[in-house]
Amino acid sequence: MEILDKSILAETEGTRVVKIEVNQPLIASKAEAGQFVVLMAKAEGERIPLTVVDKDVAKGSITLIFQELGLTTKFLGKLKKGDSLYSIAGPLGHPTEIKKYGNVILVGGGVGIAEIYPVAKALKEAGNCVIAIIGARTKELLILENELKNISDELHITTDDGSYSRKGFVTDILKESLTCNLKLKTYNLIYAVGPIPMMRMVSSIGFEHKIKTVVSLNALMVDGTGMCGSCRVTVGGKIKFSCVDGPEFEGALIDWDEFEKRSRIYADKEKHICKLRGLN
Amino acid sequence: MKKPPTNPKEIDPKARIAGFDEVVLCYTEKEALAEAARCLQCKNPTCIAGCPVGIDIKKFIAQISAKDYKNAYLTIKEKNNFPSICGRVCPAEYQCRKTCIFTKKDLPFASKDAINIHFLERFAGDYGMKHVEHQSTRAPERQINGIRVAVVGSGPAGLSCAGELARAGIKVVIFESLHKPGGVLRYGIPPFRLSPETLDFEIAYLGKLGVEIKTNTIIGRTKLLNELFKEGFHAVFLGLGAGTPSFMGIPGENFCNIYSANEFLTRVNFMGAYKFPEAHTPVNIGKDVITIGGGNTAMDAARVALRLQKINNIDTNVKVFYRRTENEMPARRLEIEHAKEEGVNFEFLVQPIKFEGDENGNVRSIECLRCRLGEPDSSGRRRPVTIEGSEFKSKCDIAIIATGLLANQVLTGVTPLLKTDKWGNVEVNPVTMETSIKNVYAGGDIVGGEGTVIEAMGMAKKAAAAIIERLERKLS
Repeated sequence: MEILDKSILAETEGTRVVKIEVNQPLIASKAEAGQFVVLMAKAEGERIPLTVVDKDVAKGSITLIFQELGLTTKFLGKLKKGDSLYSIAGPLGHPTEIKKYGNVILVGGGVGIAEIYPVAKALKEAGNCVIAIIGARTKELLILENELKNISDELHITTDDGSYSRKGFVTDILKESLTCNLKLKTYNLIYAVGPIPMMRMVSSIGFEHKIKTVVSLNALMVDGTGMCGSCRVTVGGKIKFSCVDGPEFEGALIDWDEFEKRSRIYADKEKHICKLRGLN
Repeated sequence: MKKPPTNPKEIDPKARIAGFDEVVLCYTEKEALAEAARCLQCKNPTCIAGCPVGIDIKKFIAQISAKDYKNAYLTIKEKNNFPSICGRVCPAEYQCRKTCIFTKKDLPFASKDAINIHFLERFAGDYGMKHVEHQSTRAPERQINGIRVAVVGSGPAGLSCAGELARAGIKVVIFESLHKPGGVLRYGIPPFRLSPETLDFEIAYLGKLGVEIKTNTIIGRTKLLNELFKEGFHAVFLGLGAGTPSFMGIPGENFCNIYSANEFLTRVNFMGAYKFPEAHTPVNIGKDVITIGGGNTAMDAARVALRLQKINNIDTNVKVFYRRTENEMPARRLEIEHAKEEGVNFEFLVQPIKFEGDENGNVRSIECLRCRLGEPDSSGRRRPVTIEGSEFKSKCDIAIIATGLLANQVLTGVTPLLKTDKWGNVEVNPVTMETSIKNVYAGGDIVGGEGTVIEAMGMAKKAAAAIIERLERKLS
């Protein structure tokens, strides 16, 4: 559980995106694209899920990327190379269904870019034509541009404030690609990870164009093994657990209003505890 | 004339709801002797048949009477590796106490007069913890060399199976998916019923026997079942538990602040949310808490919620909604009494039909139908029948659903050779507890559905005996 390497991928006022490589041979040998781990930074900490972004089976390590947003990610960001996590378990959740679809669009927003990366890589290796659309609030927060460039057939970039590449949102590019290119090209899959409003919007655009759209939800979890139901979400009118039934679901079937509200259940407590510890 | 039963001291209800300390204290020596003296030492004791692991109850009570506490402890240990746990959590009124000679016939649970066998067990267990175990490291009773067994899950079944095997000198490794061992004993049962220190002690005893526990290891994910055999384990015992909460399937069940009892209890007991913000895991609490269900889990959740209200300076207001009556409640009688003393209110013969929430997605009320008792169902309990037109609404800002658990599919879902029944429980040979895969055994809730700690231990012991028999034969 030792942190073998650590780097800061992005930094701007108030927030950082951090990458850590963790010694974890068993998880490295098993993890597939789309799966996650549940970890604790310290003994009194929370259990939080993080996507396995990359793995090195020979070295026995996995790579995790997170933005310092809540208490746990802020503590996690304070750990240094050589420190150890308190606990880590996985890989959890169903892996992404990797096969040859044809033309696939991957949409990543913010730290969600890290989560589409392993899926993009696996889809590329499976012979798909990969179009990646990534976006961040501002230039400094854009991550993995080069990594995605190397494995994509097309890479589009947006920033909310226009500080880099195109000003606007990933969904602007998605809409344009679908309306302009549709006569020339058929798209077989859209895969999106990012803030809830973005995934929701991508899902509705995909639905409109009758393209299968899969999102990976980042629900609140405790055990991550189907034991508690903290991460439950309504999909197609049925209760599903993100941890064991997901984390990927067909976007058009998700009750987004409910999911958004459930993801804020502890917002007040999070604010309170961060303030108490001078971490806001 | 028959002497009245001796009850152990309990912390005053007003004081105890301000914290999570154990409610029932251990018998003092004087109390234990007084209670033991009530035992008739029947020529043909009926109590032993009521114990799922067959503890020689008559003998250990006689040993307590003779002040031979060490041997009383060892007598229990012959059959049960964890007297301090079982002495605290066993529903004795449905088991040994129900078959005690003092229990009148045809009662659904033990008479008050029945010997308090569980409190005596705890007395002997706690005595052993203080005065016997620390003196020596325990050597296995036999030495079956060269055999390794993997135990999946560190709840009551897993711990018990590991203990039995280790005592025979078999090398045991327990794999636990969470970061601390104990399973439901730690995440489900609150500290005020079973202190973490007691649990830690009982688990440490396994360490003395050479059992190794690997936490954070999810069999079915981190490692697959067949890989355990490739690693050289000769047999595997699955004590996976009934780990998945079931919901009621009524409208509004996903509103915020509607918890499964598993989630609520895991946050509080396992993650320490009652110590928030020192512990970082949060849990929400409100003014009108409603717990749904009539089992031990419902009692635990209600009493935890009451304590959270007290700690957060909220006027205590917790209601338990149950669709039958108090008589049919599967919970331990003691827990029902404790819940009442602490101020938990009960609403019997009600069936929830709907939750309503506000614009922020938080639950605000629950709607129910009243019920009456109809004909007995397959469990022998009278079935609740809803009464048309009896709808009523109650204020509710926290709801905790404790209506049962389903089998966890994490391992069975990726192990198609492992046969399961229509509920997802693992099928076993009832004599050996062996599953459809050779040398893979199972016990506890993953086999029988939701049961008690001691029933899980009973199955685990059966499996351990079968494992030992087969592996010994293989060696000879």
